[in-house]
Amino acid sequence: MADVRPRKLSRRSTGADAVFEHGARAVGASVLVITGGVGVFLAWQAYPTLKRYGLSFFTESQWAPDQDVIGIAAVLTGTVSVALVAMTFAFPLSVLVALYISEYAPARIRSTLVSLVDLMAAVPSIVYGLWGFFLIMPYAAELALWLQRNFGWLPFFKVENTDPDAAVWDTSRYVASAFCAGIAVAMMVMPMACAVMRQVFSQTPQGEKEAALALGATRWGMVTSVVLPFGRGGVIGGTMLGLGRALGETIAVVLIVSPAFEIKPRILEVGTSTVSSLIAGRFGEASTSQLSALLAAGFVLFVITLIVNTLAAVVVNRSRSGAGTDA
Amino acid sequence: MTGDRTDVLPSIGDQHASTTVIPAVPAVPAIPAAPSGPPVPTTASLEAERVSAWFGQRKVLDRVSLEMPAGRVTALIGPSGCGKSTFLRILNRMHELVPSAALAGEVRLDGQDIYAPERRLTDARKAIGMVFQKPNPFPAMSIQDNVLAGLRLTGTKIGKGEREGLVEESLVRAGLWLEVKDRLKQPGSALSGGQQQRLCIARSLAVRPRVLLMDEPCSALDPTSTRVVEETIQQIAADVTIVIVTHNMQQAHRVSHQCAFFLAAHGTPGVIVEHGPTDTIFDNPQDQRTSDYVNGRFG
Amino acid sequence: MTTMTPSPTTGTPDPIDPATGTAVPQTHLPAYDDDAPPPLPRPGLGKPSPDERFALIGSWVAGAALAWLLTQRLLPLAGLPWFLISWFVVGLVVTGVTAGITGGMTEVKDRVAAGVITGAALVTGAALVSTVVFVTMRGWRAALNLNFYTSDMSGVGPKDNFDKGGILHAITGSGIELGIALLITLPLGIGTAVFMTEVGGKFATVVRTVVEAMTALPSIVAGLFIYTVLIVALGFPRSGLAASLAIAVMMLPIIARAADVVLRVVPGGLREASLALGSSRWRTVWHVVLPTARPGLATAVILGIARGVGETSPVLLTSGAAAFTVTGPTDGVMNSLPLFIYTNVRSGEPQAIARAFGAATVLLALVLVLFVVARLLARPRGNRPTLRARLAGALAPNRAAR
Repeated sequence: MADVRPRKLSRRSTGADAVFEHGARAVGASVLVITGGVGVFLAWQAYPTLKRYGLSFFTESQWAPDQDVIGIAAVLTGTVSVALVAMTFAFPLSVLVALYISEYAPARIRSTLVSLVDLMAAVPSIVYGLWGFFLIMPYAAELALWLQRNFGWLPFFKVENTDPDAAVWDTSRYVASAFCAGIAVAMMVMPMACAVMRQVFSQTPQGEKEAALALGATRWGMVTSVVLPFGRGGVIGGTMLGLGRALGETIAVVLIVSPAFEIKPRILEVGTSTVSSLIAGRFGEASTSQLSALLAAGFVLFVITLIVNTLAAVVVNRSRSGAGTDA
Repeated sequence: MTGDRTDVLPSIGDQHASTTVIPAVPAVPAIPAAPSGPPVPTTASLEAERVSAWFGQRKVLDRVSLEMPAGRVTALIGPSGCGKSTFLRILNRMHELVPSAALAGEVRLDGQDIYAPERRLTDARKAIGMVFQKPNPFPAMSIQDNVLAGLRLTGTKIGKGEREGLVEESLVRAGLWLEVKDRLKQPGSALSGGQQQRLCIARSLAVRPRVLLMDEPCSALDPTSTRVVEETIQQIAADVTIVIVTHNMQQAHRVSHQCAFFLAAHGTPGVIVEHGPTDTIFDNPQDQRTSDYVNGRFG
Repeated sequence: MTTMTPSPTTGTPDPIDPATGTAVPQTHLPAYDDDAPPPLPRPGLGKPSPDERFALIGSWVAGAALAWLLTQRLLPLAGLPWFLISWFVVGLVVTGVTAGITGGMTEVKDRVAAGVITGAALVTGAALVSTVVFVTMRGWRAALNLNFYTSDMSGVGPKDNFDKGGILHAITGSGIELGIALLITLPLGIGTAVFMTEVGGKFATVVRTVVEAMTALPSIVAGLFIYTVLIVALGFPRSGLAASLAIAVMMLPIIARAADVVLRVVPGGLREASLALGSSRWRTVWHVVLPTARPGLATAVILGIARGVGETSPVLLTSGAAAFTVTGPTDGVMNSLPLFIYTNVRSGEPQAIARAFGAATVLLALVLVLFVVARLLARPRGNRPTLRARLAGALAPNRAAR
């Protein structure tokens, strides 16, 4: 019984190929060092702060370095509430627009619409900030007043220190809120989420769509029975990618909100703060130790977005691989 | 009844021995005694009159007229690209899903034009079911839900008790019941290709169509599954008018009562060269091209 | 049963009935009457029937009338926004009711869903249009002066008229900062992508994981990183170079990842064909893979630029805002377009805000141009019909009908 052993194959490259391979590896390594270095640096800088303040860094709402009171509870709730407001607007809009483009729009204008959505994603966030601050905020305040009047019994629609039924309403209590900022941020994340969803919707196997139609389904029946189940991964993934972007958005928020350090579920009321607006507002006057605290806040934000983005990537990839079986 | 049902499968071997002998009138399909679900409609005749079709500028069918009588199996044969599938898709208004598609002529279901403006699109598709080349069960649904999908999609309400009866009846008619009756809750995509195709047939039958269109239903299947599907066709032919597109001449010979031979000469739209009873088309065609094609001299 | 179905499969013709002699089946050869008029396509195939169209339009007209009555006459909800909102709601209700008259619940759901989906698309379109129009409307007055592009803000007060001062310094600043950032990110980003797709291996997986993770880095944190390292720890002044580095840190993972995606869709068969010809891997990459992926790479890079040029937060922390033109990246504070917009809006001075809008218009136009260039590059060469051919194709059936 002679043993058949595999021969050794030389995979080593020679000459120019070796140079190429090592060069490429060096580039990869340097990028790894640069990008990974940022993450490591953040963690390293965040460590003293986290060690010094411990858990209270996450539970304290005030950011008063002068009094040695530092915590990100308020800015984190602010970040989350702005992102949630943004997603309540962006999620339904992006699903519906993605459905419109992939299933409802006339075939001739479909590619134009795809480009328009991509263009929306490319518009700088400062432009959406201007749009939100100057054009939308008055209407948003009016909508906020209406919401408070009719749904004020809900804790997050409450606005304190103001009477909604007053003859002349106090506009200043309703502007510069998480609600207003959320609308502008929604404009930024909607096209991103929409692009992902549309791409997955457009990969729905034609055979299944035709099967539904041939049974006598209406277009909406076809969408609910075939397109949405198929694109569920894309919907979840796109939403989470959008959420990740919404959490880190800075400039539109800084332009719109007036800073307030208070754990505030009342999204309609003036004043809030997010992690990124905290950094943008406080970096200038910060001493080295305060800078470390800001970096710690940034690190926490980064970790949150990283988790959200990774989950999104996992969900989207899983839905894609499922699609491959029917090719 | 159960006896009738089971002896369908053993008979495969017999047919294999003498390929052309399939009982002309198959054993009456073993449908559960009391039909449930939507009322069972009578079969209907389908009649295409002077149907022409275009994709954009390109004309793909020219004045095709064909009668597909009630309760019969009509086979559409012809080489690739001759417009058979387009013609089939015209018969239940799937043609217009292509944005550039255009159409002339009439398609009458029991004398009523399905393209008339007052007729609703979904009604036409509900009455005229379709089975596709590639099995396409809804992957997210269980076998049972797949069978019931048509009812749900068309908004047809049936009681919970009737539902089980309808699932069983449709699966029995499609020749799949014995294989899946113990796993109705499993996803439809877990079945084999041939089973999936029969699931698709069951799904179409559950809506109680009056006509069933089949677009090369066996081309993606292995020979054994093909035979089972062919038997299914034989069984349901008595109460559903069937139009089948096939590339397989033997299959057309085996399952159909009448045949239509489509041909598109170079650069011209497809036309019917000859149509008539299957045996005559195969044994005694009038047109030389038909003779060449059915004897395998081209195509 | 046997009598109603003639045997289809016996292989021989039906025997002739000796009594009548007429049972021999005949085939038919369709005859074509060449004098008959050519067939005309049915109009409106695949489109809603006149009835459906009437119901649709009628529903929305009725909805508009009802909404006007409701908001402007019955309820204290005067104003255009309330009218539009109630038009949408009332229109959906009327659509549902008219669908319910002729069809069942399925039709109602279908029509209402179509209304909601189209409505959402219109809202989104309106949001995009309102953004562009609003910014241009408030910015054109400033942006129409030639000096807006040829001079900077040195010696110009915030209240000065538009015929004085401009954004030259911001444009040059943006250009220099982006140029340096690109010099860093392009070779590194594309090189990493080549490494990840063409060399591969375990280490490449690690690099890919880290790069993908770092795309989650919020841009402000990238700015804060450079600020802490370069300006606070190493003591360099704020400068264009610092801003470039901040932008580069933000853009590097984005470009590397996009290029990776583009290179991965290059068909493996092309690589194998080249290697099978005896070419080295290095030549394969240089002569086959990169040229094939060129349009995709260009698109990825340009979209990266569009993202970089509009990002405010990294430059906010690192460059400082100068009022005069600075061309040396290390010569201290340097302005850029997004930063100019931000600082002028924050100043609260109406004239400065108008200037900010002017700069925003320029920025928007710049992004639009970059975007169009990216689209043109991404278009596959040759196999896309021109607009004219597509129009002709789309109109053809209708033309034949007339």
